[in-house]
Amino acid sequence: MIQDMAILISKEWKEVVFRRGGGRQSWVSMLILLALLGVYLPYMSGSEWLQDPIALFAWAWVPLFMTIGLVVDAFAGERERHTLETLLATRLSDTSILLGKIFSSVLYAWSISVICALMGAVTVNILFSTGSFQFYSPGMFFGGLFAVLLVAILISTIGVFVSLKSATVRQAYQKLNLSIMAIWLIPFILLQAFPDKVQNFFIKISPMLDANLTLIIAGFFGILVAADIIVLLLAKKRFQRARLILE
Amino acid sequence: MTAQAITTNDLHCQFGEVHAVDGITFEVQTGTLFGFLGPNGAGKTTTIRLLLGLLEPSGGSAQVLGYDTRTQSDEIRLNCGALLEQTGLYERLSAEENLDLFGRIWHIPAQQRVQRVKELLEKMGLYERRKETVNTWSRGMKQKLAVVRTLMHDPKLVFLDEPTDGLDPLAAAGLREDLVDLARQHGVTVFLTTHNLAEAEKICDQVGVINKGKLLTVGSPDELRLQKSTYSITVVGRGFTEALLTELRAMPDVESAELQDRHLAVHFKQETDSGPLVQFLAGKGVMIDEVRKGKASLEEAFLALLEEQA
Repeated sequence: MIQDMAILISKEWKEVVFRRGGGRQSWVSMLILLALLGVYLPYMSGSEWLQDPIALFAWAWVPLFMTIGLVVDAFAGERERHTLETLLATRLSDTSILLGKIFSSVLYAWSISVICALMGAVTVNILFSTGSFQFYSPGMFFGGLFAVLLVAILISTIGVFVSLKSATVRQAYQKLNLSIMAIWLIPFILLQAFPDKVQNFFIKISPMLDANLTLIIAGFFGILVAADIIVLLLAKKRFQRARLILE
Repeated sequence: MTAQAITTNDLHCQFGEVHAVDGITFEVQTGTLFGFLGPNGAGKTTTIRLLLGLLEPSGGSAQVLGYDTRTQSDEIRLNCGALLEQTGLYERLSAEENLDLFGRIWHIPAQQRVQRVKELLEKMGLYERRKETVNTWSRGMKQKLAVVRTLMHDPKLVFLDEPTDGLDPLAAAGLREDLVDLARQHGVTVFLTTHNLAEAEKICDQVGVINKGKLLTVGSPDELRLQKSTYSITVVGRGFTEALLTELRAMPDVESAELQDRHLAVHFKQETDSGPLVQFLAGKGVMIDEVRKGKASLEEAFLALLEEQA
């Protein structure tokens, strides 16, 4: 199955990432992102870039930027270009096709994140040299990359799920944008909807939460892992050859 | 390998109220060319989808290469090649990349893949343009590439939905020869759908006619022609009269007689010799220039079957 997934991943990268719009479009957006997160932001932050957890939030945006174009194309693009049925008529299993599509964008986004992180370290070491090599703390570096991986899986799977249900790439793109907007806005809306007593409770316990940052991060990772599993299972359930052919 | 590459038994596929495939039963022998004929929307593509295990039948059963389409569809797809309604080519990739991708999907080793791609592209006269992205190609070239893609992994059975659609006459003739060669020399079973009845007549060992989901008949093109043909004799000449036509139509062996310009077409109920007709016409003063005797074509038999069903 891993070999089949790898075949599909390389096909997706070749076809969708590097050949879309004559190939230039993908390279330009990738270079802009690398310049922004790998050079500009570290340059503005200085040595703090390697110590401040805020860098993690900057990395977390990478999957969002990088995966949307790829995941909306996953099935809606194949359907639009009339290649889906041929792909489904091959010997590839359902799981290989689905996971190949999801992980093609996960690995793409994650690789860009790693490159951004390493470029940030190089930028800081060149422009803000202290005489010794500066790097992220292991917790921040590996924790950051793990978080990016989980976010990438979440967004990619939601994207593929949306793409499975869409007739065209444009429709998938619109649906995914709405879904992501909902994911970001719903927690704020819910928080606002809580009665004052509950809101005051959160305000009271926030200093305690600050003191237990590890606990919060562990909880955040736990929620992400659970969300990843749920959306993966939903996508697996939605992936049915017969349904895809008839839609 | 089993003697039958395909066996269906009362196969049904229903979408809501529509019976796309309505209880079809047939067999396709291994190493033969089977033509599946029918008008648009007859159920040909749905049948291919059922046989590939892409759709689950709502009734009946089917075995392909000895595998059950409900429970062993992965094995079927492993051993079959398929060209479906669309070419299904990745148009941003080159011809070489398209074939290589499918070679990798079927786990063909790299060196063998390179040779196979070269062999297939050369055979179709596409090797010189292998590096070009497919979106720059003509429809006929894409169709050729899509056909050879189905053969990349040396399948035991290929399903071809309108394979010569979009090909120029020369390329279509070449492909027909290749398909015959595939079945005769390499023992590959070919299941093809076509609207081109002359094509089916030329290359198919067996044909099945489907309409509105029902299989109307299965047999060799000759059997089908005999089943539905009316024997006809066309006489080209001068001096035909209405009285003569009336007299001909009243004859017990004659099915019908029609006159158009100088062409008199007489259809008989059974095979008959042209001598008595020529003698009769000459006796009535007709000046005969030409006499043509012929059986109905597969197309006429096909149309007669559809008409009968309607």
